[in-house]
Amino acid sequence: MMSQSPVLQTRSGTVVEFTGVVKEFSGLRALDGFSLTLHAGECVALLGPSGSGKTTALRVLAGLESTDAGSITIDGIDVSALSTSKRDMGMVFQSYSLFPHLSVGENVEFGLRMRKIKPAERRSRASAALALVGLGHHFDRFAHQLSGGQQQRVALARALVTEPRVLLLDEPLSALDAKVRVQLRDEIRRIQTELGITTLFVTHDQDEALAIADRVAVMRSGNIEQVGTPEELYSRPATPFIADFVGLSNGIVGIVRDGHAEVHGTRLPLIDPAVAEGPVRVSVRPEDIEFAPEGLATTVVSSSFLGSLRRTTVRLPDGSIVFLQHGVRMHPKTGESVFLKFTGVPVSTEPLEAARVALHQS
Amino acid sequence: MAAVTGSFTANGVAHAPSRTVRVTVLSLIGLIFALPIAAMIEFTLRAGLVGGYNVDRWVALFQSGFTGVYRPVLVALGNSVALAIGTVIIVMLLLVPTMLLVHIRFPYLRRVLEFICILPITIPAIVLVVGLAPIYTVVARMLGSGVWTLAFAYGITVLPFAYRAIQSNLDGVDVRTLTEAARTLGAGWGSVLVRVLVPNLRRGILAGAFIAVAVVLGEFTIASLLNRVNLQTALVVVSKVDPYTAVILSLLALAFASMLLLIIGRLGAPRNQTLRRRTTVKGPA
Repeated sequence: MMSQSPVLQTRSGTVVEFTGVVKEFSGLRALDGFSLTLHAGECVALLGPSGSGKTTALRVLAGLESTDAGSITIDGIDVSALSTSKRDMGMVFQSYSLFPHLSVGENVEFGLRMRKIKPAERRSRASAALALVGLGHHFDRFAHQLSGGQQQRVALARALVTEPRVLLLDEPLSALDAKVRVQLRDEIRRIQTELGITTLFVTHDQDEALAIADRVAVMRSGNIEQVGTPEELYSRPATPFIADFVGLSNGIVGIVRDGHAEVHGTRLPLIDPAVAEGPVRVSVRPEDIEFAPEGLATTVVSSSFLGSLRRTTVRLPDGSIVFLQHGVRMHPKTGESVFLKFTGVPVSTEPLEAARVALHQS
Repeated sequence: MAAVTGSFTANGVAHAPSRTVRVTVLSLIGLIFALPIAAMIEFTLRAGLVGGYNVDRWVALFQSGFTGVYRPVLVALGNSVALAIGTVIIVMLLLVPTMLLVHIRFPYLRRVLEFICILPITIPAIVLVVGLAPIYTVVARMLGSGVWTLAFAYGITVLPFAYRAIQSNLDGVDVRTLTEAARTLGAGWGSVLVRVLVPNLRRGILAGAFIAVAVVLGEFTIASLLNRVNLQTALVVVSKVDPYTAVILSLLALAFASMLLLIIGRLGAPRNQTLRRRTTVKGPA
């Protein structure tokens, strides 16, 4: 159990399984038959809008909320009845959670102290954990002397120092400013890969989810809408909700006929060839539309420079608006007439009626 | 007051009044508190109806070694200190855990708890005693009629003050997150309370204890009406015999109470004081 080496180790090989978990808050179902398996050493991101139940799923795994139905197992053992303090998890919170009355070092040592580990070993392990997050020389500082990013690094060290079975990250970056967020995001990914610790990462930020996770589970009203690698989610979104939520996409009215989606005279392959025929809303990524010498005639509405690329909004002949992304060397002027064509990448669709309902709900 | 508002605007920083403002405000307040004490000292030094001053009464009191007629005052002081300790223990063991429980687990009960805790301040001590008297006949039967049983009544009278002091501290700390963080790190509820919550609520708990001690040392009505002896009732008895010595004893009691509060403040001072904190901590007035 105790490691002699000051280098952090984790018991790799922890598998977490949610099966049909239900959690209600005064009649509202935050989790509605939630099922998900985290493989050993895997980082899974729960992505979803607020109120989709992603934080509840994490808190249920941590034991901070009870479940109303279903089971949660860690390495095959049901932990539903186990209290938080005995679940052996490391957790980093959205809000700053360092103990203000303790120094950075004492904060990191807290979990080890709870496990009755001797002071000398405590200190060496805490130092190693702080070194891992790049704060080795901040041992005697206090939380209020650190920046937000540093505080979250210490919180990460504190969560990892006990060598927990699972690491839980509850939107740990959302309180930080953009630059620090990206930096720490990459660092979390590095540390997670290095330690090979099974990790559940909750976020509402798709960039974060795609950058950090081996697999992303997109949540909607207490359930998983789609789970897959970031590449799968992006290139083969199961529904327009996913297409909207992961990356950007245009919702264009079209029609499904003969196993293809027809959009403004162009036949596009379907991700799911089994969808019913009829009028649909087709999701097309902005990079899957390009300028062409001839094709769909449109008028430029606006064009904005985004650094590495340019995003241009155009109006189609039927009055609907789409946007596309292209290289910065093209510089369309407002009011200019341009021709577009679709690149022919498979698309996801949603029956038009359902699309309307979803639109009203959100 | 003009000086105060003037330098606030000139300074620009609302949180840090200038040195002159601080000194002015503190001396003004100090003066208000010093005036009655100075008057009491003056009274004890009067030589008699003819005028003039001497220290005869102070000398006589200390030479007698607090024996004879003054002996009960010492006993009563002991009673009051015991009562203060008892009251503080009740507040710490009953009020603090209850407030934490309500804050973390049953937030919807917060209003109810607040109402109950504020209630004693709206009820005059006399009325309180009318209700307490029959209860104390039961208490006396079960636990005897020792003076210490008054601590139960005092535990109620200090509730409004202790509650406010602790609640304001509670509002300033993210108790929920700290608790959850500690629990995910393997801390049971006991460890959460002792190692995380109490250290972070130290200021509020300390302020609550201060007020409890101050209230108990100055309490007269309930003790008098329930026929128990505490410092204040003993002083009243002495003052009927010898008003001069009663005032001397009052001054000594005041000095004793101030020392007690200073000691509590020292004991409870945060271990890791920062410069910023040290300048904002002020002694009891």
